[in-house]
Amino acid sequence: MFNKRFLSPKVSQKISYAILFCATILAIIPVSIIVFIIIKNGASAITWEFLTSMPKDGMRGGGIFPAIIGTLSIVLCAITITLPIGVCAAIYLNEYAKDNLLTRVIKLAIVNLAGVPSVVYGLFGLGIFVMFLQLGVSIVAGALTLSIMELPVIITTARGALSSVPHSFREASLSLGVSRWQTIRHVVLPNALPGILTGAILSIARVSGETAPIMFTAAAFYVPHLPKSAFDQVMALPYHLYIISTQIPNMPRNIIFGTALVLLMMVLSMSLIAIIARIYFRKRRKW
Amino acid sequence: MSAKIQIKNFNLWYTDFHALKDVNISVEEKRITAMIGPSGCGKSTLLRAINRINDTIEGVRVNGEIIVGGKNIYSENTDVDILRRNVGMVFQRPNPFPISIYENVAFGLKVNGIASRKSVIDETVQQSLEAVLLWDDIKHKLKKSALTLTLEQQQRLCIARVIAVKPQIILLDEPCSSLDPVATQRIEELMIQLKDIYTIVIVTHNMQQAARVSRDTAFMLLGELIEFAETGKIFTNPNRKETDDYVSGRFG
Ligand SMILES: Nc1ncnc2c1ncn2[C@@H]1O[C@H](COP(=O)(O)OP(=O)(O)O)[C@@H](O)[C@H]1O
Ligand SMILES: [Mg+2]
Repeated sequence: MFNKRFLSPKVSQKISYAILFCATILAIIPVSIIVFIIIKNGASAITWEFLTSMPKDGMRGGGIFPAIIGTLSIVLCAITITLPIGVCAAIYLNEYAKDNLLTRVIKLAIVNLAGVPSVVYGLFGLGIFVMFLQLGVSIVAGALTLSIMELPVIITTARGALSSVPHSFREASLSLGVSRWQTIRHVVLPNALPGILTGAILSIARVSGETAPIMFTAAAFYVPHLPKSAFDQVMALPYHLYIISTQIPNMPRNIIFGTALVLLMMVLSMSLIAIIARIYFRKRRKW
Repeated sequence: MSAKIQIKNFNLWYTDFHALKDVNISVEEKRITAMIGPSGCGKSTLLRAINRINDTIEGVRVNGEIIVGGKNIYSENTDVDILRRNVGMVFQRPNPFPISIYENVAFGLKVNGIASRKSVIDETVQQSLEAVLLWDDIKHKLKKSALTLTLEQQQRLCIARVIAVKPQIILLDEPCSSLDPVATQRIEELMIQLKDIYTIVIVTHNMQQAARVSRDTAFMLLGELIEFAETGKIFTNPNRKETDDYVSGRFG
């Protein structure tokens, strides 16, 4: 019956190849168009001054320096909080937790937390950090909010990185009389570190563009100076972009697109770093 | 302390699966004891019970005793880490850590805090690599990654890594199954040398190997110890019909 097919295997192979290829092209077309439009309209705004000076004329001129610094300080602060907690949780779940109902519930909760809309995290941060803990609208409050949002992702990628360390390494270490914790510290973690770090960079890239979680917790409409402490409000790129695109009349188009371009480049370059790091570590690793 | 291993009425379950049934074996000091039997009969499970590395698998339950150095290792007050230092293990596939050759051998010493002075560690590394006849081949490239070695060298390195923490007993689980015949023969020669210092238990699916290296042989089938006797007797004049069928290739 195999030679009575409607299409010969060769032809059907070619057709499915063509369909898969078209689907791939369709997937990248919108992204390419967006990037193209942003570059076309925004490239003229990008100057050294634009990147390093304060806004002027009610944000219709000058630069976006405080927004860049604001975003960087929030996301870096956030990852410093999330990474250690997330890695510890991942170690617990992967290396210590017994496979019982509680563990399964926790794992399920973590997976589902990753799907909570970011505005919900924003409101949560407003309620807990800004109001209840009285941190005010500040870098810390925004960073804490983002770190809670990043946590499930960091835990999940860290668990992936821990699981990918071959079981044979753990057994080799344990069988030398090395304790469980020392095995984790000296064998599992070093070998999982590249994966954990690339996951962290990707997560920074992802939250750099988030507006909702920082809108109520960290970002200010206009702060014409750099933050002096972690308890200051800051401007942030995504929020700034939202403001200048919707709230300010007669905003020069190239500044709007220029700001979008800076945000895009920031996110893309971080993803690129993560991808390059991943390729580099994968090449070095031989198991 | 005697390095004798006495396995008494030992049972092991993987969750509900009864993998070892009332096993009794007495392994003598400073000789090679082989465990043979068809795949899945529980050889690895039994070997891995002797250093309690099975503990890391969820759902494992045991019952009975394994006495090492006069103490039941399954008693409450056993320090598993100290037990494993005394009972080293070499695995089926060479599993060096992806770090330098030197660091592999020094790993147990450093992490366990057995030695911290560099001169002491250097000396132990050299002695361990000499003991597995690897020193002359690699003394000029100790800083190179262990993964650059051949499989045979990697397996020797794994044995050296065990020797470095100064065990009395070495367990080997099919240590030659990923090696070619020449490398296999050389590892066998190494084991025969090492038995003067260590008590060695080797699991093998290769009957000729058991016949070549071991003094005593245990034959297992479906989780049960069928027969345990001197190797010569097992291979030429076994008591049980199952053993005879297996060693003469009439099994199955
Ligand atoms: N981790 C495990 N979980 C459940 N069953 C296992 C596990 N490891 C081994 N077994 C089962 O126990 C039996 C003995 O396995 P093993 O000791 O590896 O046999 P051998 O080394 O003689 O080939 C086999 O039936 C195997 O399927
Ligand atoms: Mg086996």
